[in-house]
Amino acid sequence: MLTIKNLHASINGKEILKGINLEIAAGEVHAIMGPNGSGKSTLSSVLAGKEDYEITAGEVIFRGKDLLELSPEERAGEGIFLAFQYPVEIPGVSMTNFMRTAVNEVRAYRGLEALDAKAFLTLSKEKQALVELDKKLAGRSVNEGFSGGEKKRNEIYQMAMLNPYLAILDETDSGLDIDALRIVSEGVNKLKSAENAFLVITHYQRLLDYIVPDFVHVLYDGRIVKTGPKELALALEEKGYDHIKKEVEA
Amino acid sequence: MSDSNKIIDQAVGSEYKWGFYTELENDTAPPGLSEDTVRFISARKEEPEWMLEWRLKAFRTWQQMSEPDWAHVQYPKISYQDIIYYSAPRKGPKYNSLDEVDPEILDTFNKLGISLEEQKVLAGVAVDAVIDSISVKTTFREKLSELGIIFCSMSEAIREYPELVRQYLGSVVPVRDNYFAALNCAVFSDGSFVYIPKGVRCPMELSTYFRINAINTGQFERTLIVADEGSYVSYLEGCTAPMRDENQLHAAVVELVALRDAEIKYSTVQNWYPGNKEGKGGIYNFVTKRGICKGDNSKISWTQVETGSAVTWKYPSVILKGNNSTGEFYSVALTNNFQQADTGTKMIHLGRNTRSTIVSKGISAGKSNNSYRGLVKIGREAEGARNFSQCDSLLIGSTCGAHTFPYIECDNPTARVEHEATTSKIAEDQLFYCNQRGIDTEKAVSLIVNGYCKEVFNQLPMEFAVEAQKLLSISLEGSVG
Repeated sequence: MLTIKNLHASINGKEILKGINLEIAAGEVHAIMGPNGSGKSTLSSVLAGKEDYEITAGEVIFRGKDLLELSPEERAGEGIFLAFQYPVEIPGVSMTNFMRTAVNEVRAYRGLEALDAKAFLTLSKEKQALVELDKKLAGRSVNEGFSGGEKKRNEIYQMAMLNPYLAILDETDSGLDIDALRIVSEGVNKLKSAENAFLVITHYQRLLDYIVPDFVHVLYDGRIVKTGPKELALALEEKGYDHIKKEVEA
Repeated sequence: MSDSNKIIDQAVGSEYKWGFYTELENDTAPPGLSEDTVRFISARKEEPEWMLEWRLKAFRTWQQMSEPDWAHVQYPKISYQDIIYYSAPRKGPKYNSLDEVDPEILDTFNKLGISLEEQKVLAGVAVDAVIDSISVKTTFREKLSELGIIFCSMSEAIREYPELVRQYLGSVVPVRDNYFAALNCAVFSDGSFVYIPKGVRCPMELSTYFRINAINTGQFERTLIVADEGSYVSYLEGCTAPMRDENQLHAAVVELVALRDAEIKYSTVQNWYPGNKEGKGGIYNFVTKRGICKGDNSKISWTQVETGSAVTWKYPSVILKGNNSTGEFYSVALTNNFQQADTGTKMIHLGRNTRSTIVSKGISAGKSNNSYRGLVKIGREAEGARNFSQCDSLLIGSTCGAHTFPYIECDNPTARVEHEATTSKIAEDQLFYCNQRGIDTEKAVSLIVNGYCKEVFNQLPMEFAVEAQKLLSISLEGSVG
């Protein structure tokens, strides 16, 4: 589904990603862990198409297409979804209006007819229930006045609505209490299928107790320095990143 | 290039899609302004003697006045002697069918969802041949006259209803009110006259569209609306469709009179030529709009959506004379490229327990300047008066400007006056968030802008609101890549 080859990216002339190689197949869950500043969020931004980054080398193929050639909205249409670490507020734009626009834009990109109001609301209700999102939030402006937990659940709700092939969860666990973490993870698990894949970016092992990865990658200084099964996350938790750093630098 | 830079570039790059030429028919006054010009206009309109006298008096007043310069706008000095003050409405077809009309204009009409018949009228296709719109017009008139409602052109009103016109014309905006109003009094071309009798609720939105000749009323429009006791009327001025006009200076006057328990709702959507991307050309729109809540418990509500004109200078105001009367002002002003808008309102509280609400939403893009100027005046007798003002500015890009000039004069200690103001920018991360959800930047800007204007759009009649939303999107079209 996704093939990243020797990806280099920099911002303001400073190289952050220094040759990422990663292969994700449909039905898989990959976790990316790593210390602060290792390039985790840069990787998710680059995959989603944030313009601030300059791609200096490498390629990214997503479902047969050159991802780096596509605009962020085209990538969304192709089925890339990024659950933001810090979802932004958009005052004045109701969540319902926003989501309906997004769903219908993505449908249009895929050559599907727009959902009418009724079909949209039915779908929306179903997906809100998935992450136990308060119905009242749909009438509010996008993320405005949402608690930290509500924002993250709202991201997963949007993911459910857009039904992506590849969902990137950028530190979705940060700022979540244990109940919210459970709700978010259960939402993700219900959405998992043989057709889609997840890239879960996290600092901590605890999210991976709920969303069990098939592979764990350790990102350090812009490179994936270690890949292993889910047990690798536990080892990291125990020994810390310093252990990896020493290994790499040795 | 960053998103916001792109927005600026593209905004500056987007051109008014509806500019064109039209040839004038020959029944035109020679350029320049003198008593003879005023006599010429009055004679052409077959006006009674009293009207001519009124115009001449206004002309003499205007001569003694000087052009104001306090607004936050800049434009080259207007040469009043080079302007043609009268040209007859075009006669006969400009085009024989819609096929001859610029497809881009038609495209815009379609985007706005304007009906075919309406398109013909707006594009200047011979409407005499359009049977539908004639019959619509006739049924419409019959229905209104059954209720005793008068809705006609100002010229017609001067001839047919001289008592009403003499009683109210100039009663809200006196001749010497300001330079442009005085000029309008002397040379006004035409406009609408509305009278709603006692206790009548006008059953439909009165729109200039139904009075086809109103579309070409020219640069000095004059409108007078009188709502008698206990009546209600909603009036729609203008149209979201591109307004073709070869006149540079527009100085309209609109007067509203609400008697006891009456309500007037006046909605405007203005989309005149804003000039090209270098800031050349475009309409100067210097309008005086004022209403008086003359009787107790009366209400006047102004709603405006302004996206056109090179220079706009406009302050729809309400004089709250009757006790418990209410004034409202809801405004969206969008400026792009080199457009300048200095707009706002005046709420003059004279009666007891009068209340007013001001909601102003300015949107600036390109190199434009958008100013809100508002006065809230509470008179000595205005016990318990209340005002709430909210002035928001939204900036798109970093080369535009937004300014707020609120004035408050309060002579009564029991009054409550509140003012809130915010300035915001469309942030890149908001746009990226929308992009990531599949919404392209142009649609995202439009979504955000429309969300920002929601409070005002909610005040517009339903169909007008839908058109206004589309208009904002079209005005911002091509403003982002």
